[in-house]
Amino acid sequence: MSADLTTTLVVNGRTVTRTAGAHLSLLRWLRDVADVLDPKYACGEGVCGACAVLVDGEPVSSCIVLAAQVDGARVTTAAGLTGPGGELSPLQRAFHEHHAAQCGFCTPGMLICATAMLADGMTRTRDEIRHELHGNLCRCTGYQQVVDAIEAAQGAAQGAAQGAAQGIPP
Amino acid sequence: MSADEIRTSKVEELRVVHQPLPRHDQAEKIAGTTRYAGDLAFAGMLHARLVRSQVPSARLLRRDGSRALGVPGVVVVLFGEDVPNNEIRVDVPGQTVEVGALKATMQVLATERVRFHGEPIALVVAESEDALARACGLVEVEYEDLPVVSDPEEALREGAPAVHDTGNLLAEWNIDVGDVDAAFAAADVIVEGEYRTQFVDHAYLEPEAGVGWLDDDGVMNLRVATQVVEHYRDVARILGVADSKVRVIAPYLGGGFGGKEDMTVEPYLAIAVAHTRRPVRMQWTRNESLLARAKRHRNVMRYRTAAAADGTILAHDVEIVSDAGAYAYLSALVLLYSSVHACGPYRVDNARIRSKAAYTNNPPTSAFRGFGGMQVVLGYESQIDELATRLGVDPGELRKRNAIRRGDRLPVGQTIETEVLLAETIDAVRDRAGDPPRPSGPRKVVGRAIASNLQSYGRLVWLNDSAAAWVGYQMDGSLTVRCGVPDVGGGQASSLAQIASEVLGVDMDRISVHFGDSALTPLAGTTTATRQLLMSGNAVYEAAMLLKDQVLGAIAAETAQPVESLLLAPGGVASAGRTVPLAQALQVCRRRNVPIEALGTFFGPKGREVTRDLSGERIFPDFTFGTHLADVEVDLDTGQVRVLRYVAAHDVGRAINPKSVEGQIAGAAVQGIGQALLEEIVVEDGVNLTGGFFQYLIPTAADVPDIEVVVLESGEGLGPFGARGVGEPPIGPPLAAISSAIAAAVGARPTTLPITPERVLDAAARGGA
Ligand code: FES
Ligand code: FES
Repeated sequence: MSADLTTTLVVNGRTVTRTAGAHLSLLRWLRDVADVLDPKYACGEGVCGACAVLVDGEPVSSCIVLAAQVDGARVTTAAGLTGPGGELSPLQRAFHEHHAAQCGFCTPGMLICATAMLADGMTRTRDEIRHELHGNLCRCTGYQQVVDAIEAAQGAAQGAAQGAAQGIPP
Repeated sequence: MSADEIRTSKVEELRVVHQPLPRHDQAEKIAGTTRYAGDLAFAGMLHARLVRSQVPSARLLRRDGSRALGVPGVVVVLFGEDVPNNEIRVDVPGQTVEVGALKATMQVLATERVRFHGEPIALVVAESEDALARACGLVEVEYEDLPVVSDPEEALREGAPAVHDTGNLLAEWNIDVGDVDAAFAAADVIVEGEYRTQFVDHAYLEPEAGVGWLDDDGVMNLRVATQVVEHYRDVARILGVADSKVRVIAPYLGGGFGGKEDMTVEPYLAIAVAHTRRPVRMQWTRNESLLARAKRHRNVMRYRTAAAADGTILAHDVEIVSDAGAYAYLSALVLLYSSVHACGPYRVDNARIRSKAAYTNNPPTSAFRGFGGMQVVLGYESQIDELATRLGVDPGELRKRNAIRRGDRLPVGQTIETEVLLAETIDAVRDRAGDPPRPSGPRKVVGRAIASNLQSYGRLVWLNDSAAAWVGYQMDGSLTVRCGVPDVGGGQASSLAQIASEVLGVDMDRISVHFGDSALTPLAGTTTATRQLLMSGNAVYEAAMLLKDQVLGAIAAETAQPVESLLLAPGGVASAGRTVPLAQALQVCRRRNVPIEALGTFFGPKGREVTRDLSGERIFPDFTFGTHLADVEVDLDTGQVRVLRYVAAHDVGRAINPKSVEGQIAGAAVQGIGQALLEEIVVEDGVNLTGGFFQYLIPTAADVPDIEVVVLESGEGLGPFGARGVGEPPIGPPLAAISSAIAAAVGARPTTLPITPERVLDAAARGGA
């Protein structure tokens, strides 16, 4: 085990300072230390994307970076995409309308990947969306309704997604 | 109310059911606020982890937790001797007496003997995950290796190492109908094939997890990712306490697919809590999940099929050997499903089916979406396509010529009593697909194939299945539904709200569904076997209808009108002249001592228990039928297969929520494609080599095309509003559609799954492509 380290992150717009083992992954730091529970553990080796968060606007598998490595960063999780009253963002609404969540366990990571995708304002074909989603595994939907949702959200969600990708709290 | 009263309604009259409404559970999931089994924490909570066998077959000479106990933060190290009743029991009904006395049990923690790599030996409980991580490696276990048997056919041979004292034959089923030998003698054409499927992992994104705690009355509470809250009884037996002293709560699951049907973390959490009297959390790693939780059965299936020159199937002669792994779990029943489904959705008057499940030192195998009914699709559909090739007839026409219709009997003796739109699903996928694709380059070839199937929904009829649900108005007219159904992610709870909303006219957003709590919600049985829409759907329907009758009866009495003249409409009770607002109607009920809640219980269709020799029996409530079509492109240099187009059509009876139905079909099809092309738990001499998602490849979004879903509705299912179950049926056809499409492309059939590039190139070499 390692010594403890104090790490400060701006998580979904909230400044969080915690002292914890220096060996903790960002995922464990968020879940076990900071009680931010929407990023999920599903593989722990950077394959599945269930733990994806935005770190200073860039999508990152939080299970394979150390919290201490990103000290000072702005971290956005899927829960940070909702408005102040918990209202869904346009991207989230598209997920809702298109039944893009079945069990929902992959969904926070999917939303982060989609947010990063939409941030550049480009319009992608379904194949391009599929290609960019390849780091996010889903066992329930067969991806169909996830692709439907992202396709529909292009344009509509663009503005909000850009804001979130830059780490601006909604 | 029983299943024999099939309820159909005029589809145009449906207000809520049959609408593609967003599911009521999705908003929270998408907002990231759903609390899954591993998300709950208590102050003062401990953490628990298993120490598992590192070898597949051994005697345990020594187990010692003293070094682990020395790690700061470790609270206790438990072994089998510390478990009040150190036995997990699985009920395996029926025939097994005839094949040797079966004791379908395993130890909670192994004390003397381990039989598979990953079997639990010790349970470490500590103040932190970090302490656990250090301590688990310090639990000392000394093994004396014993012989390993890792092939089921070898396991059945004379002199094979005995996995259990009772012998390696776990279960056996036979079906005999007609005169198979005479049919083969009279046949114009005979095709033979051997097909092999692999160990497959459920690979749901949420690994097994849960939290346990004792409440103020000393009741053991387990909030766990499970498809079966009724495991509270198993936990009570293990703890040696009354059933009423254990409560299992299933929150929304991060996927199940059968992998959370058997117990996973439950007994371990319970033991840890019982010993420490503190809340405990256990979360399996992906590695543990892949290593030690039961898999899909690996099957060897040998088919001989006889047909007449006009394409009529005359006989099937089928032998199935299934790898049950180290412990029984549900293998005997899974094998029963394989046997009953083995001839597919076709009429055949002569059939001989011999199936056996054998113990090995491999990971145990048990329930998985399709439950033995899906592996055989590879067998019977490959045979049909081979027949079509030999006879020079169109594979779709050949299927239609033999397709089961209402009134036909399956080889097991069950008569199909509902409308079957099988031929229509064949036309539907072909119409949708249009012209076949062209190769994208000179060393590329393309192929198209279809595959049809049938898959039961609802539990085996002699299990006396039932489900209960409670529906009650609040005084403000909003509605509460209580039903013990676990929601595995398929919209189980949401569809109950939809059904209640339809019957009672309450808006979806005014309905709350409380589900999956063995103490507080009426028990509804397992979310398995594609049974929940049939069972809990009908139970909610029943309860809602009772409640509606109560309210209408009270208003009829109050207003001195005949009850037939009243209608429960959104907003209140309507009669010719006026509407009594719902809140007022409920006041009337209260005043007249009429309950504003109702309990509905639905009983599944009944039947006689079967014996080893299956015949003349109704086995399942009903079946769902469908057809898939695949277009593939094969790269002849690399053996890579690209699925270009995929169409899936099923008769779902009635789609309660069309979007959910599409989601179930697309998701199952992609799981099936994964099994066809990518996935395998690799086990060598009993050692499981598949340690993570790096090795276990499930399809990504980039690996699969759009799944084009065609929903057909006969309105003939046994579920509410004529719905058929659709959770499992779409997972079988991809195995055959993909392999047959590859066969069409390269000229020879790959018969072993997964169809890796090497196997594709091997088939191409055989096919001369
Ligand atoms: S849990 Fe981080 S990528 Fe899978
Ligand atoms: S919705 Fe279940 S894993 Fe994606």
